[in-house]
Amino acid sequence: MSFDVERVRKDFPIFEREVNGHPLVYLDSANTSQKPVQVLDVMRAHQERYNGNVSRSVHTLGTESTEAYEGARARIATFIGAASPDEVVFTKNSTEAINLVAHSLGQMLRLGPGDEVVISEMEHHSNLVPWQLLCERTGATLRWFGITDDGRLDEADLDSLVNERTKIVSLVHMSNVLGTINDVSRIAARARSFGALVMLDCSQSVPHLPIDVATLGADLIAFTGHKMLGPTGIGVLWGRLDLLAQMPPFLAGGSMIETVTMGGTTFAAPPARFEAGTPPITEAIGLGAAVDYLTGLGMEAIHQHEQDITRYALDALTSVPGVRIFGPATVEGRGGTVSFDVDGVHPHDVGQILDALGVEVRVGHHCARPVCSRFSVPAMTRASFYLYTTTAEIDALARGLDQVRKVFG
Amino acid sequence: MMLDGLYQEIILDHYKNPHGRGLRDPYDGEAHHVNPTCGDEITVRVSHDLNEISYDGVGCSISQASASVLHELLQGRDAAAASEIHHAFVELMQSRGQVEADEEILGDGIAFAGVAKFPARVKCALLPWMAFKDAAARAGVEVGVSPEVKA
Repeated sequence: MSFDVERVRKDFPIFEREVNGHPLVYLDSANTSQKPVQVLDVMRAHQERYNGNVSRSVHTLGTESTEAYEGARARIATFIGAASPDEVVFTKNSTEAINLVAHSLGQMLRLGPGDEVVISEMEHHSNLVPWQLLCERTGATLRWFGITDDGRLDEADLDSLVNERTKIVSLVHMSNVLGTINDVSRIAARARSFGALVMLDCSQSVPHLPIDVATLGADLIAFTGHKMLGPTGIGVLWGRLDLLAQMPPFLAGGSMIETVTMGGTTFAAPPARFEAGTPPITEAIGLGAAVDYLTGLGMEAIHQHEQDITRYALDALTSVPGVRIFGPATVEGRGGTVSFDVDGVHPHDVGQILDALGVEVRVGHHCARPVCSRFSVPAMTRASFYLYTTTAEIDALARGLDQVRKVFG
Repeated sequence: MMLDGLYQEIILDHYKNPHGRGLRDPYDGEAHHVNPTCGDEITVRVSHDLNEISYDGVGCSISQASASVLHELLQGRDAAAASEIHHAFVELMQSRGQVEADEEILGDGIAFAGVAKFPARVKCALLPWMAFKDAAARAGVEVGVSPEVKA
């Protein structure tokens, strides 16, 4: 049967509200997604009935809490095709996961002058600045792939960019601005031939596509809970277990140790080694519930729905005079995130007028300023979709853009 | 529509037909300010006697119109008058709509009273004014201590 978006929407209480006197049209899921009642209920029930600290209590509440926390880890591992729950490290968000890797790998690989780290111009700042800082700390050189005019990774310089000096390649899987889904197979294969490690920032892909880390071609991936129906404050680093086992800790403290003396410390095995301190327990359990919800609907069905919506949106936006779309012009190799420019109107003003009509979009440089610079604009307007987005909402966006043109015409 | 308070005709006029736009020489102080959350940028140049205030930048209608109004209000004024106007504008922007704007002092600047009710846009309106304050200081002109921007 076809994907029943109206039934899905009934699970999201926020769609009952209005914004500025209009029904909420939420087109900012690439920023953060809305939460279904199934996730909210699980988190509330945990706080009300099962709350205890994890991994350290012999009492019943602590045991139940630990089972729920580790159960969430196991379900997330299954969701992404991980070989074992031990490959799933809970972090605060994608940013923390990437910083963890930048610090830990930098130390493990003894990165220094002459070594190279390769990223791309398409990165969110979270997969750019940590590598800049790593290179500043170690003297390694940061290099990057460019973006083609139609918004895809420019692999023309692959042979010179990835070479025997390359130690780490870290790329965005799906662009948070252009919507491009990067096929990184050629880059990953070349990186591997030189023994370099490959990381993917999957913040925008894991929420929207079926992902199987066994075939993805990466050694490490990062994603965040709040973009996939879960709460803020919880993210995931997935890594091959044999790699995680070699990596030194990032943050230190309770829970990540094996033995501590005043003279020194040995560290726990992954994932505990990378989870210092009391973790965001309720949030991890909430993310587990989100994964259950997504699995129940099926990631393939969700992806298909978003492809349909994106096709509809690309058509609708193309027919609005003065609108220029950045990124791939068709749904092939792209997801449901569409950034655009309205001729002569700054994105802030576009976003403000749309908000007055209840249409919530993101405006600005989307934490990816180099992408804006690549297309010679200071900022963009971005509409991003999810499993609950309807064609009627795309129509509301198009009507809103007509209003924008009236105000600034 | 709620937006009537934000997009006053005066603001749209200044946006579409900005006064004094374009960087000019000579100048005694220059400042470049950016709004890191949205990428808006402005450069302001000031002569030591405030007889020449020039600017250029990229940004939304609010930030660009605000620069145009600043130019109109402050160019050719003495330091005391510029300071009074600057203070009044910053106070208006931080008022959340609770302060009555004085047209005698603020001229077209009163059109920004509505902006104060949109916290996300207050920084847009203040961007040129903060850049001006820094540029003036570098030109040796103190335009008074403005309240901290908390928007």
